[in-house]
Amino acid sequence: MRRYAGVDSGSWNTKAVVIDHDGLVLGTSVVRSGADLAVAAERAYAEALARAGCEAADISAVWSTGFGRDAVAFADGSRTELDCHGRGAAFHVKGPLVVIDIGGQDAKVIRLDANGHRLSHRMNRKCAAGTGSFLDEIALRLGIETAALDVLAAQSTEEFELSSFCTVFAGTELLTLIRAGRRPSDLAMAAYRSLMKRVIAMDVFDGRVVATGGVVAYHPTMVALLSEALHVEVTVPPHPQEMGAFGAALAARDGAVSVGPGGDDARSSRSLPLAGETP
Amino acid sequence: MAAPRAELASTAALRDTMSAYYRGLGEAVEKKTAPVAWCTSVGPAELLRALGFVVHFPENHAAMLGAGRTANRYLPVAHAQGYSQDICSYLTSDIGAYLSGESPLSAFGLHGVPRADVLVFNTNQCRDVRDWFEWYGRQWNVPVIGINSPRSVGEVTEAEIGDVTRQLEALVPILERVAGTRLDSARLTTAMSAARDASALWERCLTTATHRPSPFTFFDGTIHMGPAVVLRGAPEAATYYGTLLAELEERTRTGVQAVPGESLRLYWDGMPVWGRLRALSTTFAEFRTAVVASTYCNSWIFSTLDPADPWRSMARSSVELFIARSDEPKERYIERMVKLYDVDGIVFHDCRTCPNNTNSRYGMPRRLSERLGIPTLMLDGDVNDLRCFSDEQAKTNIEGFVEQLADGRAAAGRAAR
Repeated sequence: MRRYAGVDSGSWNTKAVVIDHDGLVLGTSVVRSGADLAVAAERAYAEALARAGCEAADISAVWSTGFGRDAVAFADGSRTELDCHGRGAAFHVKGPLVVIDIGGQDAKVIRLDANGHRLSHRMNRKCAAGTGSFLDEIALRLGIETAALDVLAAQSTEEFELSSFCTVFAGTELLTLIRAGRRPSDLAMAAYRSLMKRVIAMDVFDGRVVATGGVVAYHPTMVALLSEALHVEVTVPPHPQEMGAFGAALAARDGAVSVGPGGDDARSSRSLPLAGETP
Repeated sequence: MAAPRAELASTAALRDTMSAYYRGLGEAVEKKTAPVAWCTSVGPAELLRALGFVVHFPENHAAMLGAGRTANRYLPVAHAQGYSQDICSYLTSDIGAYLSGESPLSAFGLHGVPRADVLVFNTNQCRDVRDWFEWYGRQWNVPVIGINSPRSVGEVTEAEIGDVTRQLEALVPILERVAGTRLDSARLTTAMSAARDASALWERCLTTATHRPSPFTFFDGTIHMGPAVVLRGAPEAATYYGTLLAELEERTRTGVQAVPGESLRLYWDGMPVWGRLRALSTTFAEFRTAVVASTYCNSWIFSTLDPADPWRSMARSSVELFIARSDEPKERYIERMVKLYDVDGIVFHDCRTCPNNTNSRYGMPRRLSERLGIPTLMLDGDVNDLRCFSDEQAKTNIEGFVEQLADGRAAAGRAAR
């Protein structure tokens, strides 16, 4: 059986996935990236291999993605997270579709055609608003763990809006609202709504919508709000947090064109074609 | 690994040309041999030269601050004077540098930016240039005059040309008084001829990039456009572009590539990110992608300048300028460039503090993408304020865009088989 692997070296977490030739997930892992991305990648890969019941020698190809994709020295090729989240989502949901990926430090909107080919992408500005960090900041202000935010928001009964775009100002506004007697559950829901609005303003949503990334994996409220605002059922595929690593494993399986720096060297399976060439 | 980039030999002549200009400016100020005018980059430079002014272009100075990555040191100084972080970072870095008593012109013997006898703006670019000049006007108590141009111009009308013509003519008595001389129409004709000749040569330099592979990129252009900006109306600009053109034509004959292994070709719309020119140039080159043309470098082509009809042709050049137009003529222009340079995609730089030279905020990328059938990329950044630019995000954006274009090419190849 041929097996493939993907490693997503994110700014907060490093994820690894091992798949078989049909794209069936055999093992996954999520570890903290920390300061040494190379070590985190090795740890995540080793854990995913162990969970898949195999060794590195059993893997036909491993590709990297994510912010630290160039730090994954053992990878045979790399693709951006823009490609891998789209590739992973298109494996589960037929296009045309729009993929929303909300990570700890960035948010992406990726538009794909009926064949899963990328039409466009948008990334958030150099700003924490619209990313998972926004929820971390809000949870900190409310004095709870980020993971508890979703449970808290589920108890919300009154709808209102945070008026600030800025993460820091939203935190300050939250303190004012707490002093004014607002319930924490309503504040938690307002934070999700603020994040949702920031994300849906990034691009046009004109197809089926798939959400990936750590935020939707742990915050179902976010998915519900996106569905409500976009008037479509937002699909969350299996392993949403590991979707980038899954997409990288699919890229390894498919022998995608590796365009990254070093795309001409032995690390990549195929390099960017010249004008007129048809790979 | 890809072959290293071949540097342009003309860069030495460029350095000499620019250095002579700055030193000439310094000498005129030091020895008081000529009055000093400040001029916005597409202001009436030919008129100022005809009246004997030495001309300083503060946008060029601000670009030096950006390219030298000192701008971010000066921005807070201007912000503290009440000039917002949201307005032009050319303006704020330049004023901040002045208040700090520092300038890259000191390398050419000047003691900071030259003190102006008059400041002459043209708002065809934006209102910020006028505010910028008025700050210095108050500082030095000297006249600030200029052209209040029509903005968002659709089809250029006679009324608009007439309006700007009259405004140009109205500058003359004030400029004559400051210069202490009368305008000599023969000198104006000479300056107009010099500007037209340099513009024609600059245009020919840029269009060598229509060749595959391109001998020249947008990033080269941002450096080599210096004489087109600061020596408009002076003969030295045409001399330099003759040299550059000869080298670029030689490159096309011998197949020297600006980006070794050129695979993809892109068009750049919007301002440069001066503090990241080299980094962006390297990033694109690593992906064997040549940014072959740009709205920015093309904006110093003034093909309608006519020495036989100086006033109206100066006015027409001013009104017709890309940045002063509405989206429809802008889109027609980009469409022509996309076809002329045969590009695979368009990069729109969303320049945080320069809304007037940012064309991605009113739906243009999507409209052009649908009409032309090529993808567009939006890069967030700024002309001088590097706090608005993320290296990592830009790299991922660019790499992701190259992946998209490469996949599209591969899919087209499969479909053709």
